[in-house]
Amino acid sequence: MSSIQPTYSQLLSLAIPQMILVGTALLAMSIDLLALRRATLSTRSAATAILGSLGCAAAAAYIAIIHPNGNLLGGVLLGNAFIQLLQIAILALTIAVLLLAAGSTFTRHVGEYVLLILMATVGMLFLVATQDLLVIFVSIELLSLSLYTLAAFNKQSRFSWEAALKYFLFGGMSAAFLLFGFSLLYGLSNSTSLSEIGAHIHGLSPLLAIAIVCVAVGLGFKVAAAPFHFWAPDIYQAAPAPSAAFIASGSKVASFIVFFQLASIGFAGAQGSATWGHFVRGWIPVIALVAALSMVLGNFVAIRQSSVRRLLAYSAVAHAGYMLLALTAHTPQSLAALVYYVVTYSAATIGAFAVLSIVEAQTGSDRIGDLPGLSRREPVLSFCLAIFLLSLAGIPPLAGFFGKFYLFVAALQSSPESMPLLWLVILAIATSAVSLYYYLRVLKASYITTPESSAALTSGRVSGEEIPRVLCVLLAAAVVLLGAWPSLLLRPLLNALPRVF
Amino acid sequence: MLAWTIYISFFGAAILLLLPKRAASLARCLALLAATSACGIALAAFLRHRTGELFTIVDKPWIASLGIRYHLAADGISLSLVLLTGIVAIAGVLFSWDIDDRTNQFFAFYLLLIGAVYGVFLSYDLFLLFVFYEIVIIPKYFLIANWGSTRREYGAMKLAIYSIVGSAMVLVGLIAAYVAAGSSSMALDKLAGFPFSAHFQMVAFPVVFVGFAILAGLWPFHTWAPTGHVAAPTAASMLLAGVVMKLGAYGCLRVAMTLFPLGLGPWSHPVLGIHSWREVFAALAVIGILYGALVALVQRDFKFVIGYSSVSHMGFILLGLMTLNLMGLSGAIIQMISHGLIGGLLFAVVGRMVYARTHTRELAALGPMNLSSALPFAAVTFVVAGMAGMGLPGFSGFVAELMIVIGAWRAFPVLALAVGFGILIGIVYVWWAMQKAFFAERGHELPPPDPLQPITIPEKIAAALLIASSVAVGLYPQMVLNIIQPALHSLLFAGLRRGGWQ
Repeated sequence: MSSIQPTYSQLLSLAIPQMILVGTALLAMSIDLLALRRATLSTRSAATAILGSLGCAAAAAYIAIIHPNGNLLGGVLLGNAFIQLLQIAILALTIAVLLLAAGSTFTRHVGEYVLLILMATVGMLFLVATQDLLVIFVSIELLSLSLYTLAAFNKQSRFSWEAALKYFLFGGMSAAFLLFGFSLLYGLSNSTSLSEIGAHIHGLSPLLAIAIVCVAVGLGFKVAAAPFHFWAPDIYQAAPAPSAAFIASGSKVASFIVFFQLASIGFAGAQGSATWGHFVRGWIPVIALVAALSMVLGNFVAIRQSSVRRLLAYSAVAHAGYMLLALTAHTPQSLAALVYYVVTYSAATIGAFAVLSIVEAQTGSDRIGDLPGLSRREPVLSFCLAIFLLSLAGIPPLAGFFGKFYLFVAALQSSPESMPLLWLVILAIATSAVSLYYYLRVLKASYITTPESSAALTSGRVSGEEIPRVLCVLLAAAVVLLGAWPSLLLRPLLNALPRVF
Repeated sequence: MLAWTIYISFFGAAILLLLPKRAASLARCLALLAATSACGIALAAFLRHRTGELFTIVDKPWIASLGIRYHLAADGISLSLVLLTGIVAIAGVLFSWDIDDRTNQFFAFYLLLIGAVYGVFLSYDLFLLFVFYEIVIIPKYFLIANWGSTRREYGAMKLAIYSIVGSAMVLVGLIAAYVAAGSSSMALDKLAGFPFSAHFQMVAFPVVFVGFAILAGLWPFHTWAPTGHVAAPTAASMLLAGVVMKLGAYGCLRVAMTLFPLGLGPWSHPVLGIHSWREVFAALAVIGILYGALVALVQRDFKFVIGYSSVSHMGFILLGLMTLNLMGLSGAIIQMISHGLIGGLLFAVVGRMVYARTHTRELAALGPMNLSSALPFAAVTFVVAGMAGMGLPGFSGFVAELMIVIGAWRAFPVLALAVGFGILIGIVYVWWAMQKAFFAERGHELPPPDPLQPITIPEKIAAALLIASSVAVGLYPQMVLNIIQPALHSLLFAGLRRGGWQ
């Protein structure tokens, strides 16, 4: 149980990773402003990004070695094996994004850029380590405000501003919904702790129904589930590649985890049911409907896209739908499945953005029509792209396949006799069959279609892209490895699980 | 040892990808070496395990927390299909000797496809089987879309979509069965031995069966087959018709029918005079036989004739499975082997021997070229393959079709009559295509300006290999029957015997 009197040493031990990140962020910015003033832009971005990754690595090493455990003030700040694993995963994804940013030259404010990425990471680390409404909200705001700015960072591109403004406006609106939902929850239970709220809720009152819908709107926005996804295509398309990759990966991990905890712990008294034909009011049918809508809309709209980034955005909506399936099942297995899925999905997505950022530096466009010739010009890169996209499509032996398999198994396992979620699983499998079509369209362009001009065949190497290239290969290796040996991630995950519930 | 068929193929594919682009002839030799050694291993195993009983090759924990194991095992059925794969793979490499464009990539995809096919036939854990089954899709797509001919991108995409829809249905059924059986194991015998409720089986059986049967060309889900076959390069269409369609049929027998035998039983209420899924699929199979044959009769494109004949021949397999008696089931497996050999050969004649030289597949245009004297070897091969395909005694097709018809006669007498009619049309379309393509009246048009290249040695070897195998099975079917019938009697099919086996 929680200790009523928090000790500062306990707080310190739980928050040291975040403090390391803040320190690194300030250090990166001051080094950039003081020591590197006369250096070239590419040196500066490489140096600050590598410094940032070192900070993340130090924080991850601290978590891996010290194993900070504890429970502060009844869930305000938690530390256990599961949270440690999540934090390490988030830090690893952040390192990938920072390495992707190491080659970028779209802004002169590289110190601030790294600072914002690290601040967002701090928000995520708090987000997965708390079960308290206030801390959840503050962390989400820290994360979101950093992401809005990151999205707008390319000042040369009008579209980047426009997308960021759209993201900001939608985000502000959804934060308002979330806060309203939280305030109702507080009013219902007189507590900000999720477990307290869960203990006070018995059955579905009208106020609770409003709170559930408000929370679903607010967090549905964060995970880009339909119909709260309208910001996603613009952000994915127009934001700088590292920002878009960051929004699509690490932020998804943290948001899904908090969504899962809110629903399964906070709303425990008002589950309802989403059995086909026997819907019972509660939070499960709400999530189930959002999931179904996301799968169908995401997959079918993705078919019509001509820009690879927009295609990834709509496919992200679809993937959010699959992942919400884990919420509707809300068992320990489904939480493990969700974590496996969202982490491998994030790795593949960052990889795809890394390939795209290099391709865009060469051809200046991310349109499918401009991809032909890629396989002859950049055999390694296009092979990596194939691995990332096939993993997203769920083709074995890549990580995406096992992620889907385990997720669907976990969704049915919640009650193996009646299988109330079978209809959602069938819908998910059916729509993911559709997804192969549009992923193959991209691969067809890069492997099969012959380019119209021979210029597409000659290599136009741009400087400063060595680190992202290495990143692509590393991520592709990780996707293959996690797909062929899922136990690598699954075993520590399952070992860490029992201490959560 | 048998597991090395898979590893050699995958390893060969990886080496080929790393080869320098110019080393085309080295790539061919390497591919041939990989295919031959895999086939050699398969042959050795085939000769060694004459009892046909199930034996384990590898069994190691893979995803321990889900009870999924890396479990390869083989019995008589899988052994004979593995050997078929080996033979067709060698023939396919030999018939692709002329591929010049990105040769090493072509053979890399080819070996990847072959390795995955071996994997499906040898998997005992159903998760593993599904993994291999899905791996097949990607090389198939790229082989057709990159090196194909007529409307290749359309044909390749259609094939990929049909395959993925089929495997999606299979995945639904497998996951549901795995969870319903307590989520502790994906092993075939564990799941087959679990007493699923009759209602569950009644629902799951058609889903999984159709999922696999899409790849086996079940009417009305066959439409990927003709377009895919026609668009594919010769070696790929040989593999498609020869072994990939067999994957579907194998899955129907090995997974759908063993897991959910009660799904074949009678419904509680007959619908439109139909009493069970068994009757539904038997009827669809017969429609496929007749439809494929009739449509083959009116094609103008030589390759489409063979493409539709594949649909017709695959109908026999599905009908054989639905007879649920030893005669019909053994016939179905022999037909898998027989069609693997003969279908592959027919595609080779049309795609490689004729089309690669004349650059046309229009029957009307081929006639005036007087091919019987220009390409006598091609003409003879087609005559032999055609006769084998129409079921002339002495060839494997005869044994297979005879057994299936007898089996069907015992199970569905009315349908057996229709099948007899289908065999007759089969004779007609083969004769008709042969006549038009090779032995047409000499036209008034001039022969092609430059003489056609003669048939090369690799092609002759490959054709001889396939014909010899077909004749061997035709003259001495006991060779295969002795090994598949013990497998059919094994414990795995015990459920099927309870579920209506006659």
